[in-house]
Amino acid sequence: MKHTLTVLLRNRPGALSRVTGLFSGRCFNIESLCVAETYDPQVSCLTLVTKGEPAIIEQITKQLHKLIDVIKVNDVSEGEFVEREMALIRVKAEASTRAEVLRIIDIFRGKVVDVSPTTYALEITGSESKIKAVIDILKPLGIKEIVRTGKIAMVRAPKK
Amino acid sequence: MSKMKGSEAIIKCLQEEGVDLLFGYPGGAVIELYDELCKSSIRHILVRHEQGAVHAADGFARATGKVGVAILTSGPGATNGVTAIATAYCDSIPLVVLTGQVPRALIGNDAFQEVDIVGITRPCTKHNYLVYDPEELVPTLREAFFLAASGRPGPVLVDLPKDVIGSMLTYPAKKPVKMQTYQPNVNPHPGQVDTACRACLKAKRPVLYVGGGVILSGANEELTHLARRLNIPVTMTLMGLGGFPGTDPLSLGMLGMHGSYAANMSVAKSDLLIAVGSRFDDRVTGRLDAFAPQAKIIHIDIDPSSISKNVGVDIPIVADCKLALAAMNGWFDKSDEYKPAEVVEQHQPWIDQVKEWNDKHPLAYMEDGEVIKPQYVIETLHKLTGGDAIITTEVGQNQMWAAQFYKFNHPRRLLTSGGLGTMGYGLPAAIGAQMAFPEATVIDVAGDGSIQMNIQELATARECGAPVKIAILNNNYLGMVRQWQELFYNRHYASTVMEVTPDFVALAKAYGAVGLRASTKAEVEPVIKEALATKNVVIMDFSISREEGVFPMVPAGKATTEMLLV
Repeated sequence: MKHTLTVLLRNRPGALSRVTGLFSGRCFNIESLCVAETYDPQVSCLTLVTKGEPAIIEQITKQLHKLIDVIKVNDVSEGEFVEREMALIRVKAEASTRAEVLRIIDIFRGKVVDVSPTTYALEITGSESKIKAVIDILKPLGIKEIVRTGKIAMVRAPKK
Repeated sequence: MSKMKGSEAIIKCLQEEGVDLLFGYPGGAVIELYDELCKSSIRHILVRHEQGAVHAADGFARATGKVGVAILTSGPGATNGVTAIATAYCDSIPLVVLTGQVPRALIGNDAFQEVDIVGITRPCTKHNYLVYDPEELVPTLREAFFLAASGRPGPVLVDLPKDVIGSMLTYPAKKPVKMQTYQPNVNPHPGQVDTACRACLKAKRPVLYVGGGVILSGANEELTHLARRLNIPVTMTLMGLGGFPGTDPLSLGMLGMHGSYAANMSVAKSDLLIAVGSRFDDRVTGRLDAFAPQAKIIHIDIDPSSISKNVGVDIPIVADCKLALAAMNGWFDKSDEYKPAEVVEQHQPWIDQVKEWNDKHPLAYMEDGEVIKPQYVIETLHKLTGGDAIITTEVGQNQMWAAQFYKFNHPRRLLTSGGLGTMGYGLPAAIGAQMAFPEATVIDVAGDGSIQMNIQELATARECGAPVKIAILNNNYLGMVRQWQELFYNRHYASTVMEVTPDFVALAKAYGAVGLRASTKAEVEPVIKEALATKNVVIMDFSISREEGVFPMVPAGKATTEMLLV
């Protein structure tokens, strides 16, 4: 019962901590959180992945609405939506495995963004399951570090 | 445009908002504001502890319906106010709390008397602000008053850096506050009103379950009219007492943990529960799956997050209680389906059943010769004040006895910390109420434990000429916790015995107040009479039966029908 919520909020000091404080104070769960300015610099968009029974999700949505800085809350997972996440993965790449790493990243349409004599840093974008697949397949080669953005999401436009 | 100083702008803005009385305690960060305040026509009440300032503003707000205002200095001044801010937040009381802050250049520097009060109070205010730009000072204050009083009311804190208070700014012309992100819905949805009214006509065993929202929105007349025309019994939460006349035959008194037998039985057996401005608090519902199990539930509340939070609601109406009840009355005025006599008759068997429950187990207590029973003290207070005093309470047994035995016929007469349950609330709140209504009789019903939590405010009461009366139900125990220990912890009175209690009569004298003592039942009435006739602060110290309990009682986690009775 994962839900992806997008929250538009006024770009004010402390606005983000009102949201995160609400989650910790009421023991709601946050799986990932991603926030940045929107096209309108006065407004930030926050994408939040949470887990819970429908009644909990309803409370989360209502409580978020109650925050004065919150403009709009949308449970995008209620309908069709696209979601993306980016990961930077530093993986061991010694003489014997350098070519293999490049082949794998090519299959997943990733990029090499940093190179050292013994490692590659890879950039990979996609759904949560794709990121997971990349990680699983790179694991035997020796992952040294992973940094992930958390999910961002957007509702699909109506087709008609 | 001409410039003015921040401090001057604050005072001007407060006056524009209609503030003529506020409560506070000065300090370095707000010294400039006080300099301006004492030149203005606004009356400032100097308290003895910042918690008292915010409770007093809260008592003022509950008694009047206006926004209460308090000023605290930075650091410990602000943190001392936190309990009182949380008290107001839990009961949805409109407050604007102004706190001083260190100058902007020092914020984040661990400066002297610096604390992140905006961070600390974020979860216990409706909203809060740090004013960083002097030009935002006045618009922020206006927004604060607007937020505090509108929608579901609540406390709003505005943190004011010392140099912002001292800086020059342009005073903007007054205009209505509009906020893109905050537009509470006050008008009921006509379709939902229609559904709710039809449900009332269909019901055989309806009950109105009324909370503090009725008081806050001033909906008592609409409620009373609706209950009487449809012949529906009314039970109230602690916060709802006075929303419907307590002496009306349809009143069941309070429900929940210490509610009346009739109230809890009625809710349990009802087929329609009409919740108005109440929030299904755990002290009301007891075990959730046994709460009103057969009932269809209508819930009127201005806060959407209250709806279906604890108990699933069948017919939600998100609206101001007064407007929603008026709309329901309007529907009955016009509807052909509503036949007044038929509805009254239809509900009469249920009313008879409710009366039977009430006759079987009315609110009662055992007399014990000349031993003073606390319930008797409250009954006598009720009798001698004509039921029309403003009663504040502390928290614990004193609070429950006051709620059970003082029959409130009017709203805004019971000022009590319901949600947070703050001991030490009653005395400062009484001062706030007394300052709003100098001619009224204001009585703080206290215990010997809780009165000591803010006893220092006796000096405030004396200084500002607030002749509040304090009735201490003295049992040398922290009585409510002792009662739980008696019932559920094998009479193991761990840390609930007050081995040393001050001589309250001597204490009153030390503060220049009047102290009276009653040790026998016969002394109760003369003491109260003397107190009421005294134009000074009076402490009445009643030595009550020590191990008296509050009954009925629903043990925590039990169904509300599983009451322990007297």
